[in-house]
Amino acid sequence: MQETRISVDDIDDIALGATVLGTGGGGDPHVGALTAKRLIRLHGDVELMPLDRLSDDDFVVPIGGIGAPSVSVERIMAESELLQALEAAERATGRKPTAVMPIEVGGGNSMIPIAAAAIAGLPVVDADAMGRAFPEAQMVTFHLAGFKPGVTVMTDHHGNEVVTRPVDGRWSERLARSVTVEMGGAATMIDYMYGGDVVRQVGIPGTLSLAKRIGQVLNARLGDHSDVDPVRKLIRELNAHHLFDGKVVDLQRGFEAGFTRGSAELQGIGEFRGSRFELLFQNEMLLARRDGRAAAVTPDLIAVIDASSGRPITTEGIRYGTRITVIGMPADERWRTPEGLATAGPRYFGFDVDWEPIETLAARAAVGTEESN
Amino acid sequence: MSKYRLGIDVGGTNTDAVVLDNETLEVVAAVKTPTTLDPSEGVIASIDAVLSASGVEPSSIAFAMLGTTHATNAIVERRGLGRVGVLRIAAPATTAVPPLEGWPDALRRAVGNHAHIVSGGLEIDGRPIADLDTGEIRTACRAMRGEVDAVAVVGVFSPIDAFQEEAVASIVVEELGVPVSQSAQLGSLGLLERENATVLNAALIETLRSMAEGLNAALRQRGIDARMYFGQNDGTLMAVDYALQFPVLTIGGGPTNSIRGAAHLSGLTDGLVVDIGGTTTDVGMLVQGFPRQSADAVTLGDVRTNFRMPDILSIGLGGGTIVRSHDSDTGNVVTVGPDSVGYRLTTEARSFGGSTLTATDIAIASGSASIEGIRPVPLRSELVAAARAEILEMLEDAVDRMKTSAAPVPVVLVGGGSIIVDAPLAGVSNIVRPPHHGAANAVGVALGDIAGEAEKLVATGDARKRMREAAADEAIDRAVRAGADPASVETTSIDELPVSYSAGESVRIRARAVGRLRA
Repeated sequence: MQETRISVDDIDDIALGATVLGTGGGGDPHVGALTAKRLIRLHGDVELMPLDRLSDDDFVVPIGGIGAPSVSVERIMAESELLQALEAAERATGRKPTAVMPIEVGGGNSMIPIAAAAIAGLPVVDADAMGRAFPEAQMVTFHLAGFKPGVTVMTDHHGNEVVTRPVDGRWSERLARSVTVEMGGAATMIDYMYGGDVVRQVGIPGTLSLAKRIGQVLNARLGDHSDVDPVRKLIRELNAHHLFDGKVVDLQRGFEAGFTRGSAELQGIGEFRGSRFELLFQNEMLLARRDGRAAAVTPDLIAVIDASSGRPITTEGIRYGTRITVIGMPADERWRTPEGLATAGPRYFGFDVDWEPIETLAARAAVGTEESN
Repeated sequence: MSKYRLGIDVGGTNTDAVVLDNETLEVVAAVKTPTTLDPSEGVIASIDAVLSASGVEPSSIAFAMLGTTHATNAIVERRGLGRVGVLRIAAPATTAVPPLEGWPDALRRAVGNHAHIVSGGLEIDGRPIADLDTGEIRTACRAMRGEVDAVAVVGVFSPIDAFQEEAVASIVVEELGVPVSQSAQLGSLGLLERENATVLNAALIETLRSMAEGLNAALRQRGIDARMYFGQNDGTLMAVDYALQFPVLTIGGGPTNSIRGAAHLSGLTDGLVVDIGGTTTDVGMLVQGFPRQSADAVTLGDVRTNFRMPDILSIGLGGGTIVRSHDSDTGNVVTVGPDSVGYRLTTEARSFGGSTLTATDIAIASGSASIEGIRPVPLRSELVAAARAEILEMLEDAVDRMKTSAAPVPVVLVGGGSIIVDAPLAGVSNIVRPPHHGAANAVGVALGDIAGEAEKLVATGDARKRMREAAADEAIDRAVRAGADPASVETTSIDELPVSYSAGESVRIRARAVGRLRA
């Protein structure tokens, strides 16, 4: 099998696709993309390793940024943080990393592992532990499978290194959050370091390639005047559910306990004229309702795309009057188990609704539409 | 006898000039001249044309306002830019992405490779990342000596507190004696975008200075002893001294000026402005007399900046838009655009003896528009009806996309192509076609409101109210420095945006103040 490599030219596609998979959150990958492009230019292309090619002897290090997007776009990371974090990981575990991977493919954390792989000369695994973006550190497939975060490493621009051994994912999140505040609101973090056997079992395969494919579909329209609407092409390509086309007519957005929380109300356009739609979010889009009935529920993915530009819209960037297309995709099966739903289902986020698969909701909506016709 | 003001707007195709009565702001004369390769030539030609059309005494013109594409052209064409030294105050942070990273090579070469990341910068809570190292800064300055025309000074989190940028700027002036652009004066959080805008600003100082000197000389030669102002992208003006410090703010004034001018000419303060030219229609939202701003990051010459531009929707529909009729399986199909004969309308359109069917021909054939000396061409009535319906639907769709609620809104219709609208539009309460609508952009730049903006980052709680006031005061001060009459300046908006992951929760406060032109 031919080895796949990530070159400078792939980065913008992966970054755009990662923003779609970020489902409104995950942070803007712009700074991460510049970092990755620069480090690939300086150190060479990065090997993209399929998940099933990991051997039991591999030692896989998930690496990413933690903190407020508004800090990481202002006080950008020091280049040394990445290599230092990998070295600290080796010192703390006594094992030499053989590959890095994204913990979260959605948003800016798709880029950090590629940048780290370039500077360290390691492959990056084509997988992650969310398949999307989530706001908290324990919301990973490692946690669902009963694996603990293990040794966690945090580094910052000053060269500080904080190594913790939290008892579980929730403690990891708490400790990381307070260390992040002291480090100025953003830091580089490694957790859930495991051998290739565990990562093969736990990783969600192919998510970096998926991000790249999404980016290629959406970017293809830039400078191209073909009639094929890239958003529709994307829906076909992903076999996604086209949940709604509408205009934002009301927006409530506030700030609670460190998160962007709120809701947006849409008025239908085109084939959705006459319908209302509601999006509820906490950093990420978590719940979508059409005419009062659930259309998609976390952990299934709800992605929002600007209908005129074909660009994904974040929960911070959504605004009154924007015309958007809402698409939905099923989450990885592991999120749809009782453990998955307890960790990142609607009730965890405080919504008093039961999760139902997006396929079921879509089928029911289709029947409802036929009846009302 | 200072009775008049002169407004000039340089567009892609035309340079418009108007003379307005200084008291009533009524239009005395309006002219259109072609934009020239060196825009200054077209500007001077338009001054001569409007002086002769208005017949006013040159000495009675007290103010001259210019909205121009000089800065945009310099960036896009990478021509006439100054060489810029960059001092980013940030080490040890931010080294992952050095200054000018991601810039197109040609633009990078134009400003030169003189970037340094020096110790300093702030954390989000105001702690210094590191103290300034004066020796290091002086060494960096010496490395740039003779190599740069201006210096951009950019500190991490400087919009919270600019003291480090101030200190570095004074060292630069001491060492090099060149103009310095400080990022905190150019805006908001987001280091790379603010840095890019600051570097472009520094690169444009000389560009705008030589243009302003040329224009000033041309005005004096004609006996016009006017105070000069430049239009900026938010629809307000800057006095020339201020504009020479912030030349990058002159970018993107065109659509803004047209919206502001349409507001003034129609007397409306809220609604939609639909500007129909030969090739495109621009739709913008008017909110309290100013254009609604876009939330998206703006790229200039492929460089991402923190600029806010008016939120404009452009569609491919204008007076010269080509109308086609095809036979298909389902019968006759009429399509409108997206291509246009553009400025060749008066030679290529059917009504003018040409061979291309355009939106203007449809309007004339339907009997709803007339152009002196032009007779409608004979067209099948079904074709005219189908094309009209398509044109109106395109406009209705554009209007609907820009509206913020379902309620019908008033529309101000301006631009030379606006004769193609010959019926009420769905979703529109009334259509206003103001006089002199063809020169709305030049009228807009001459109106003369002056604004200032400031941004602060604060912890929530008691400090917040105080900092809202501080941000408002700073915005007012900036408006006054830009040339506003202090007695007329008012805070027009204070926005707050929360910032997560900071100790105690923080909010970002952005204040804006607007005042009238100082007499």
